[in-house]
Formats: sequence, structure tokens, C-alpha cells
Amino acid sequence: MRSLIDILDLKTEEIDELIARADDIIEHPEAYRDICRYKKLATLFFEPSTRTRLSFEAAMYELGGQVLGFSEAASSSSAKGESVSDTVRAVSCYADIIAMRHPKEGAPLVASMAASIPVINAGDGGHNHPTQTLTDLLTIHRTKGHFDNLVVGLCGDLKFGRTVHSLITALSRYSGIKFVLISPEELRLPDYVKQDVLTEKGLDWEETTSLEDAMPKLDILYMTRVQRERFFNEEDYLRLRDSYILTPEKLQTAKKDLTIMHPLPRVNEISTAVDTDPRACYFQQVLFGKYIRMALILKLLEL
Amino acid sequence: MHIDEIKNGLVLDHIKAGKAMEIYRFLDLGSLNCPVAIIQNASSRKMGKKDIIKIDGVLDIDCNILAPICPDITLNVIKDGVRVEKRALELPLEIKDIIKCKNPRCITTTEQELPHIFRLRKTKESIYRCLYCEARAEL
Repeated sequence: MRSLIDILDLKTEEIDELIARADDIIEHPEAYRDICRYKKLATLFFEPSTRTRLSFEAAMYELGGQVLGFSEAASSSSAKGESVSDTVRAVSCYADIIAMRHPKEGAPLVASMAASIPVINAGDGGHNHPTQTLTDLLTIHRTKGHFDNLVVGLCGDLKFGRTVHSLITALSRYSGIKFVLISPEELRLPDYVKQDVLTEKGLDWEETTSLEDAMPKLDILYMTRVQRERFFNEEDYLRLRDSYILTPEKLQTAKKDLTIMHPLPRVNEISTAVDTDPRACYFQQVLFGKYIRMALILKLLEL
Repeated sequence: MHIDEIKNGLVLDHIKAGKAMEIYRFLDLGSLNCPVAIIQNASSRKMGKKDIIKIDGVLDIDCNILAPICPDITLNVIKDGVRVEKRALELPLEIKDIIKCKNPRCITTTEQELPHIFRLRKTKESIYRCLYCEARAEL
């Protein structure tokens, strides 16, 4: 019985398998409509995350399965003081697989140690969110057809953005990847990620504060939000905010086949005028998120 | 300064100067009934200054647990007044319930019954990370 807690729990061959399965689901959805009949997914969301929860639920329904669970801690037994371990032991009696979101880092790992059914980490605090990374990987693969030799620009809050850290870790296992890290000085990628992943694996990377300068080189542009609360003062925030808003003007020097991604929700970091650009893939990314979760559920249920 | 030779026990040598009291508290040596000597700022050719702890009694612990705190320590085992073993400490692959995770977002902060487990991630730099949240151990 396997769980997915960290993206590195999966070997690259297993990621390739998941992507191939997701591709097959996209091509032949009818073949999967009934595959999870009589199977139940428990969505244990100890903090709200509408998008991720709905993606898991949609995934299970499209596989012909059923869903039970809760969407906030207040409606769970943890409000009465029950431990994560006890909750999942009980849920293991009702469901076949668990998707868990929890504000405390490491909670899904604790759950996977206690549960008798597979546990999928659907986000634990600022720590891991492996199905977002799988979503990003499927999006890249669907748009580029491969992972090797891509120039990947990561823009915005690279300091606190867990999706960015996980994506860098996952992509670092492929060859010829180059990262362009685009952020204000205040929100640069932490040294430990640079040291442990980029330097240790001998990857090619560069750091810049200018989205415009980086734009012509990029095959992938992964946008994240520069959040007001990350700055010590309002003045710095206002000074930097607009530099990292993607507009049609900034895209003029971009490659014709650039893939623009964003983990969503977007606030203002991508102008809505970009939405109609054929290179904008962030809503497709949401759809791919459902397909890769379908593939993952099937893998963990060994179906 | 003269300290009696120990008969059966341990000498923790090459403790980084200033760390002896931390190790004394960490091992709870104050609760022992046997003689314990702490020598601070002893001169050392290798380190300049060092601390030493001598314990004239049997201590039933794996001294490797000290390695993450002070990796330079040399352990000397004394039996019948004779040194029978001298070795450097080895970093344990896992530390359990010795230190606590300081990350306020870690699951161990709310689920009190969970064991506090840290795993060795980088031997060269003695980096341990929490099993659950992967926060770096503060040693």
C-alpha cells in the first residue's frame, strides 16, 4: 500500500507512468468512467481549499467512484481534539483512499503511518503539495512533449512559494533544464533550495529582477503572486508590485511557443488581457490537475 | 589542577570550549550518584581550548547522540583504570525524542504524543531534519 506525501516519493519513471495514464484518460475518458465503481475517496480537508478539494472530488466522480469527507476542521472530529492518527484510522474503515489537506506540516505523513489505506497529501501548510507539482509536470509535458532541455522561468514570490520549490525539485531530475529565477531581491529563492537542489545537482540557473530581460529566453513562464503581506513596508510593495504583473506588452518579446503557467488563484499578477493569448495555459492547468489526480488515484488503488 | 583518575567510566574529551555544561545538562549528569568532573577551557594542541567531562561510573547511553551537538568529541572508555576504547563519535542516522522540532507549523506542536524524530540529511554539515516537516534541527 503506497501513499503520496512528497513528490520525491515518486521515481521519475513513476511520474512518466502517471503522465502516460493521464494522457490516456484524456484520449479515452469513456474507458475510465466506471473503473472506480464502489470505491470511495475521503477528502479530509482540515483547512479550506476549494480548488484542490473540487479537483479531487471531480477526479473520483469521473472514475465512477464516490466521495465523502469534510471541508474544514470545524466540521471534523479534530474540533473535539481527536488526533490525526485516530481520525484516519476511523476513516480507513469507511473509504478506500484519502486525500488530506492540513495546516500543520507533516500531518499527511502522520496520517499515512496510521491509515490502512493510501493517503494523498493535498497540501500541508507551506511544506508539500505534490499533486500541484504533478499538475505542473503534466501541463509542461502536454504543452512541450518532454521535460529535458527547457528554460523554465519562475517569477514572483520565490521565497515562500512552496509550489515553486517543489517544481524546481521535481524538474531538477531531468537533464538540460535551466532555471531563470525572476523575483524582487526580498523574495529570492532561499539559499537552502539553491544549495541543496540547484548547486548540488550542478544545474544551470540565473537570477534576475527583470521579467522583461528574462522573457525572450523562456520556454516556460511560471507566475506566482507577490503578496503584500510578504513585504516589510507598503512602499516597497507598491514599487515592486507592477514589475511582476504579466501583460500583453511584456509578452511581445516572448517565444511563440511559450507556456504560461500559474498555480492559481490569480489576483492581479497576470492581466486578464493575457487570458486570450494562446500561450496562456493556467486554466488548462486546472483541467490537467483533475486528470493527473485521476491517474494518481488509479495508481494508488492499483487499478 | 588535579582530578583523580577514574576507575570505571567515561571521559568525553575534545568538547568544544564552552559546551561542557550544555552536555552536562543534556545527559542529565547532575542526577548521577558517581563523581563527575567538568574541566573547562583546558589547553589543547588540536583545538586551542577544549572542555572535558570525566564520569567515574557506568553511563548506560549511546554517546553517539552527542555527535549532532558536538561532533568533535572523543569518547574514552575506562575499565579498571585502563583506557580500553578511544573513538570519535558517529552521527546517528536518526535522533528520537532527544530534541524537539522548533517549527511552530510542525504537526508535533499540536499532536503531543508523536515521537520527535530527526533524520540525518547531510553528514558533512551534521544537518538533521524533522521527519514530519523537514525543518532543520536546531542543535
